[in-house]
Parts: sequence; C-alpha cells; structure tokens
Amino acid sequence: MIMKTNDHDQGGQTAARTIPVRVLRQDAPGQESYWERHDVPWEPNMNVISVLQKVAARARSQDGRPVAPVAWDCNCLEEVCGSCTMLINGRTRMACSALVDRVLEEHPDGIELRPMSKFPVVRDLVVDRRRLFHSLERVKAWVPVDDSFDHGPGPRISPEEQEEAYPLSECMSCGCCLEACPQFTRIETPRREGETDEHLAARRTAAYDQGFIGAHAVSQAVLFNKHPTGRMIADDRMTALTAPGGIQMCGNAQNCVAVCPKHIPLTRSIARAGRAATLWALKKLFDR
Amino acid sequence: MAQPRVLVVGGGLAGLAASMRLAELGVDVDLMSLVPVKRSHSVCAQGGINSVNALTRQQGDTEWKHLDDTVYGGDFLQHQPPVKEMADWGPRIIDLMDRLGVPFNRTPEGFRDQRRFGGTLYKRTAFAGATTGQQLLYALDEQVRRFEVEGKIRKYEFWDFLAPVIDDSGRCRGAVCQDMVSMQFRSFAADAVILASGGCGLVYGRSTMSMVCTGSAVSRVYQAGAAYGNGEFIQVHPTAIPGADKLRLMSESARGEGGRVWVPRTPQDPRDPRTIPEAERSYFLEERYPKYMNLVPRDIATREIFDICTNEGLSVEKDRLCVYLDLTHIPKETLDRKLGGILDIYEKFQGVDPRTTPMKIFPAVHYSMGGLWVDFEKSPSGGMLEGSPRNQQTSVPGLYAIGECDYQYHGANRLGANSLLSCIFSGLFCAAGVQASAGAKRAPAAESLYASALRRQEERHEALLQRPGGGENPYGIHHELGDLMTRVATVVRRNDQLASAYDEVCALEERWRRCSLSDTGNWTNQNVVFTKSLGDMFPLAKLILKGALLRDECRGAHYKPDFEMPGIAATDAEGKRREAEQWCDRFEANTKKWLKSTIANHGADGHPQITYEEIDTSLIPPRPRLYGLVGGELIEEVWRERLRARSTPGGHGAKEGREVGATQS
Repeated sequence: MIMKTNDHDQGGQTAARTIPVRVLRQDAPGQESYWERHDVPWEPNMNVISVLQKVAARARSQDGRPVAPVAWDCNCLEEVCGSCTMLINGRTRMACSALVDRVLEEHPDGIELRPMSKFPVVRDLVVDRRRLFHSLERVKAWVPVDDSFDHGPGPRISPEEQEEAYPLSECMSCGCCLEACPQFTRIETPRREGETDEHLAARRTAAYDQGFIGAHAVSQAVLFNKHPTGRMIADDRMTALTAPGGIQMCGNAQNCVAVCPKHIPLTRSIARAGRAATLWALKKLFDR
Repeated sequence: MAQPRVLVVGGGLAGLAASMRLAELGVDVDLMSLVPVKRSHSVCAQGGINSVNALTRQQGDTEWKHLDDTVYGGDFLQHQPPVKEMADWGPRIIDLMDRLGVPFNRTPEGFRDQRRFGGTLYKRTAFAGATTGQQLLYALDEQVRRFEVEGKIRKYEFWDFLAPVIDDSGRCRGAVCQDMVSMQFRSFAADAVILASGGCGLVYGRSTMSMVCTGSAVSRVYQAGAAYGNGEFIQVHPTAIPGADKLRLMSESARGEGGRVWVPRTPQDPRDPRTIPEAERSYFLEERYPKYMNLVPRDIATREIFDICTNEGLSVEKDRLCVYLDLTHIPKETLDRKLGGILDIYEKFQGVDPRTTPMKIFPAVHYSMGGLWVDFEKSPSGGMLEGSPRNQQTSVPGLYAIGECDYQYHGANRLGANSLLSCIFSGLFCAAGVQASAGAKRAPAAESLYASALRRQEERHEALLQRPGGGENPYGIHHELGDLMTRVATVVRRNDQLASAYDEVCALEERWRRCSLSDTGNWTNQNVVFTKSLGDMFPLAKLILKGALLRDECRGAHYKPDFEMPGIAATDAEGKRREAEQWCDRFEANTKKWLKSTIANHGADGHPQITYEEIDTSLIPPRPRLYGLVGGELIEEVWRERLRARSTPGGHGAKEGREVGATQS
C-alpha cells in the first residue's frame, strides 16, 4: 500500500518537467513501423513501465492527437518474469528495471523505445517469443522423472553443485541474450493464404528447428546435463546441441553474457557445452 | 466415450501442478494463461515452502504441529481437514520438487537446508536462494513442456478467460475465451474446468502482485453463480519496497535469516542509520514479542509497523512512511548465498546496497486468503478423501478452483511459505477427483449452449468498442479504485469508512459504464482487455467491503479497532484473574458469533448477498490467539482450565484432548 507522499511539495518546480519519449510503433505484423513522440510528466522514481503506463492512460501523442495506447508486455515488474524485454535507447533490457533517471543521465535527449529486433513484432513493443520456448523443447530442458508420485527425496547435492546450478536456473527466458547475439537471426513465418493453424504451426516449428537454439538453451542443456537425474538423457541433449542450429553456430561474440539481466555465466555454459560436444562427437566416432 | 478433457485456467504453481498430474493420469489438458505460463505470478514468491522435515521432526515437530501453526496463525477461520491433508502432504511435495530439479539450498553434507519463517518456532522452510517461487514454477513448467511435446497438454498463452459455459442443470461444461493477440473468440468444451488464476491484488491498485492479478477470471465465475468465501481477508505483507508502478516484495526470509526491524527513537532522526547507536533504536517487534521477535505472523508485524509510523510518528521519513529492515549485521557472503535475489531487487530498484545500508520498507497488499468457495470430502482419518470429485469443487458442479483463488487453506491470515505449499498441494491433490468428475458419463452439451455463450461475450466486447468517445478514462478509474480500497480495506478498518467506500465503489462502477476506449481496433487491443478486467474488479471490491463491514470483530488480517479485545489492565492478582475470565467469556461469545466463513453470492442487483458458513474445527478446538497480548499467559491459563473442564468424559471435545495442548512451544 502506498501512503501518499506530499505530492504538492514536488509539484511546484517539476510540474513543467516532461520526458521526451520516442516509441517505434507497428500496428500489426507485416505493416510499416513508424515513430511516435510522447511527452510524459516526470515523477521521482519512475521506471520505463510507469512511463508506458502514463502513455497508455493519456492515449495522446505529443501534438495532442488521440492515439491508441502503445502495446507492450509486462507482468511482475520486478525483473523475475522475463516479460518486458525491449530496446531502450538501443540497449536490450527489461523495462521494469530501467530507471528513468538513470536512462536520462546517459541519454539526456530522452527515452527511445523499440521492440526487440530478433523476434517478429506482434504490435508496437510486443514481440512473438515462441521460438525461445521452442528451443527449450529442442534441448529437453527438464528432469525426466518417472512420474510425480512419491519416491522419496531427490539425489543428494553438494552446496558447490547447488551454487553452480542455481544461477543457471534463474534464466527467466527474457531473450536479451538472443537479441544481442549476431548468430541469432529473425525467423518469421507469416500465414499463407488459406493456411490452417496446424499447417502454420508445423511450418513454424520446422523453421525454428533450423535456426540457432541460442545461449539460453545451451545453458539449460548444461544445467540439466549436470543434474544427477537430468543427465540420464544427456545424449539426447548432446544430439540437439550438435544438430543444425546447434552450438557450432555460436560465433563467440560474448554479447549474450554482457546483456543478461541475471548475470548468468552464459559463456561459461557455452564453453562447457562446446567441450562436451567435442568429447561426445569423439566418443560417438569410437563407439561406432 | 472420448477421452476426458479438462480446461485449466492459469499457469502458476497450482495450474501447472494440476495440469502435470492430470496429464499423467491420462486426461487431456487445455492450459490457458494471460501470459506465457513461465511468466506467471508464482515467480514472485521468494522465501520458501513449508513442510515438516527430518530435522524439525527430531526437534519434536510433526505434521500435526504444522496444521496447528497454520490454523492458529489463520485464527481458526479455515476448515481443518484440508489443512491437515496439506500438512501431511508437505514432505512428499518437497521431495517431489527436489526430484524435479529445484536447486534447493544445501547443507554441507548435501541435504536440503531450511530456514525459519513467521508463525512457527521450527525451521520448516525449504528454499532456493530467495527466488523459491521462481524455481518451483520453472520445475513444473519444464514438466508441463515435456507433456506438451508428447501432445498431452495444449497451451493457450495470451488468452483471456471470459466466462464459464453452464448448462441448464447448472453444471460447468467449458468456457468462452479470447485470444488476446488476434482478439478472436472461441468456446472450449470441457468435462471440467479448473480455475487457478491467482489473487486479485489489482483491486487495490498497486500491490506486490503482478499485473495479471486482476481477479477477473474469479470475478467472472462469481458473477456466473460461484460462491466466494472470506473475501475481506486480504493479507498485507509487512515488508515491501514502495514504488511508483508496483510495491515490490521484500521477503519474510530477510527476517528469517536474522533481519531486524527498527526505527530511531527520535522521530525522523536525520543521521545515517548506521551511525545511530543501539540505545537510540527501537527494535519494536523484538521488544513487544520476545518469543517470536521479528517473526510474528504477518498481520501482527504489519499492524505494528503501520502503528509505529502512523500513531507513534516514528516513521523513518516524514513524507513517506517507512521503517528500517536491517541486515547489515549479517556477513555479506551469507546474505549473497541465501538472499541474493531479493537484495538485488532492492539494490536495482532503490539504488542502495542493503548489505551495507538498512532497507526502508512499508506494508503492502500481498495475498488474498479469501477466494472461491470450494468443497471437500472428509476422510476417515480427519483429512481429505483423495479422489473425491467434491475436493476443490466450487458451488458450480464441474468448476474447480485451486491455489490462491480458492478460500480453503489460510483462514484469516496466511503464514509465510505456506502459499507455495497450498498451491502445489491443491493442484496435485485435486487431479484425481477432477478426473473422476470429468470422466463420468453424461450427454454432450448442446452446440447452441456454446454458441449463445460465445455470442454474449462478442456482444459485450462490441458494446465496449462502440462506446462514444470523450468518456471516462479506465486507467484513471482504476487509480481511484486502488486508492480507495487501500485507504479503507487494508490494515485498519472502520465501519463508517467501509460503508461510504461501498457507495463510492458503486459510483466508480457507474462511471466505468461510461468509459471510452482509446483503442477500438481488433488486434492485440490491451486497452479493451484491461477495461473489461476493470469492470470485473467492482464485484470483488464490493464483496470485500461488504464482508469487512459486516464482520464486527478482529480476526487475523481483519482488524477493527472498535471491536478489539484489549489485554489485562488490572495490576492485582484478583483483578487480573477476573479480567482473564471476562476476556475468555467474551472470546467464547465472539467465537460463537463470528467463527464463520463469509460467503458472498452475486445478487441479481449486482450487490453481494452475504451468508455465513460454519467451520469444521473437528481437529483442533479454537483457542485465543494471544501473540504478545498483555496478560496473555494468564488468559491462556484460564482458557486451558476451561478446556480441561470441558474435556472430562462425555464433554464436548473429549476426543480431541490430545491436541488441546498443542500450543506454540
């Protein structure tokens, strides 16, 4: 609950202060994008989400024209759900943890918001990130338990192992690492005329399967291949990691680790997965 | 007969647990969510999940004591058999999540580590750093993805549940939903529908809840005839970080790991808190509650923090109410290992490192103990009968509710780290009964039933889009609703305020009918989705206010100073004894009158019709909740004498004699 601060105290001097906000909008897939300018009244402790909330509530552009509110994704607003990824003044990051005053320190001209470029735009700042979740299917990012009935506790795990696993397990599927990755390129499969949902879904999945799986999925493969039960299907994951679109596509740009909001050691995971892939390939060669 | 098909609405812990278990049982599942399920609000749960464990067991802990702590902490306002079943399942649930790969913190020997949480004296809480909810959710999300690949579960993400489809016999036969990307409507036939749609924090504007926690799905089934229980019981979490867009949770685990709450004895002491000497600080929770210290139940901690700021004027800041939550005495390395996640949140959003500077926190709306009324079938051992189709079923047959959106487990106040347990438990446990209900033979519902339900939703949608321009702004109305509800229906409640707030909510609802949309398109129209959900907040706001207005007592999170029972004032032995007797008399009378669940039914006139439901206290007789009350020891003594006198052979409660003494230490 908020106890009202004394709004008037700040009102006198700051009422006139507004933040220039430029948003790259697009009404629907396949349509032209366009820039729209909004002036948002400044308040203390704002983040980019509260800026967008004000834009939605006003629903007018800078020149006073009524405009449809900007569409964007968000949910938890505390950087743990992974929803609100966008390009803020060119940088891929979460809108909730982008504090306005900090952004303005670096960019006094104002805030610029664009949708992620590696995913198809749905509308405005909303993008379709299904491919990101599909990559988790490709690497079977789960522990293959028999069932959910009672079989006693899981395996004993040392604190060191837990401390290694935990950061990898914090990946919230935000997609920052993919946006920053030169090898992860946009795959778009617009519906063809008369195409059924099923056919479109199959075609989309096939297209995803050809693309780079991405750092997030490599890291999840490493996480589950370390887990005592998870590693029971390690070979399946190695098969996925060495298939087309697998780890060999990584160009080692190391952008992923630089932009990860959770500071997940993605390049370490990639190095590990790379070594494991080499060993696995050799093993397969000799096992033949 | 075709394979039974179940629609699950909501993909948080409860919805995922139910989906996983149903798929395992061979039931086909449609899983629907406003967001990709991995982004559900459960990720925000931080501190941990409760269960008796090997260690606490050797210190004398039992499932029975977990039950006792839960019902005592909840001020006895919950049916006890479901709580017993949940406590009994606790150890199995933690084991399961452990097997699914949740990276629980470990002891040096490799066992799961546990921490202490509020309302108990045992270290019952297993945890994964300070993002336990996220880790539990991911483990279930992964299993559900596995079933999705196998074709057992089909996900509908970015879909809005609009209304249940109910046939002439009153049974739920599916739902009408809307794709929030294409704005297409679709009806879903289902042999059973499970609502797992979480809390309704957005009725209060800003809270610790996520943006999807509008309560709209729950409100829509309530308006379609499902009963709602204990709406007025809203948990206000003692420690949150105030923010412009959201009040971010600062987990109870901060206190579980030794965090101390204090204020300077000098009002608004301008010094750097680190330089204020111990003697000039008031550790008010420790001073007032020497037994539980900083880990009193949430409702109590919240009231104390609220009180010291508003009534005693000791808020740390003048213009913004807050107290210090101090971790700076704990080694940095320990903090990083056990609380890293939440300390990062504080640092990220406040720009101050809580490892070296005390945090500034204040209470925030956090959890809804109330929710859809659900049934249960009692087992011979006093718990819930597994496989009964009645378990978790709402008053609409075929419609189930689990997780935060049911009213079943937490009574008048939820204990920390019990929600993750109740969500996973109700999800797993309901599955067998839902399967039985869904699999029963019945004639297929008429196509016209779905068609007319669909048409109603299309009409509502079109009517909204066609509202004339220049009307009310839905975001502005939401803001006003949130401010109003926060002011009158949180920590302190007064009848005059509640009564006038009810009228104000009705007026806001009228204004909502004159809202104009700023987006009238039919592609990813977030404006219309929000406006609909706002309209559905009013029925919930009304039942919260009405329930609170009628309940003239203090119980758990519901605190009315006008009906408070003060402690003992007398100083002489005889006077003390007399007051203790009077206190117990009054307690008994109040229990008789108010130990009942508030049940709201949506009236045809739009107002809630309130009735009351008796509570199953067959396992543990209600007793006074005496945390920190002056003279509490004496009152407890008198109370025990009365119970002993009553449990003589033939007297009421004789069978439960064993449990009477199950107090807190």
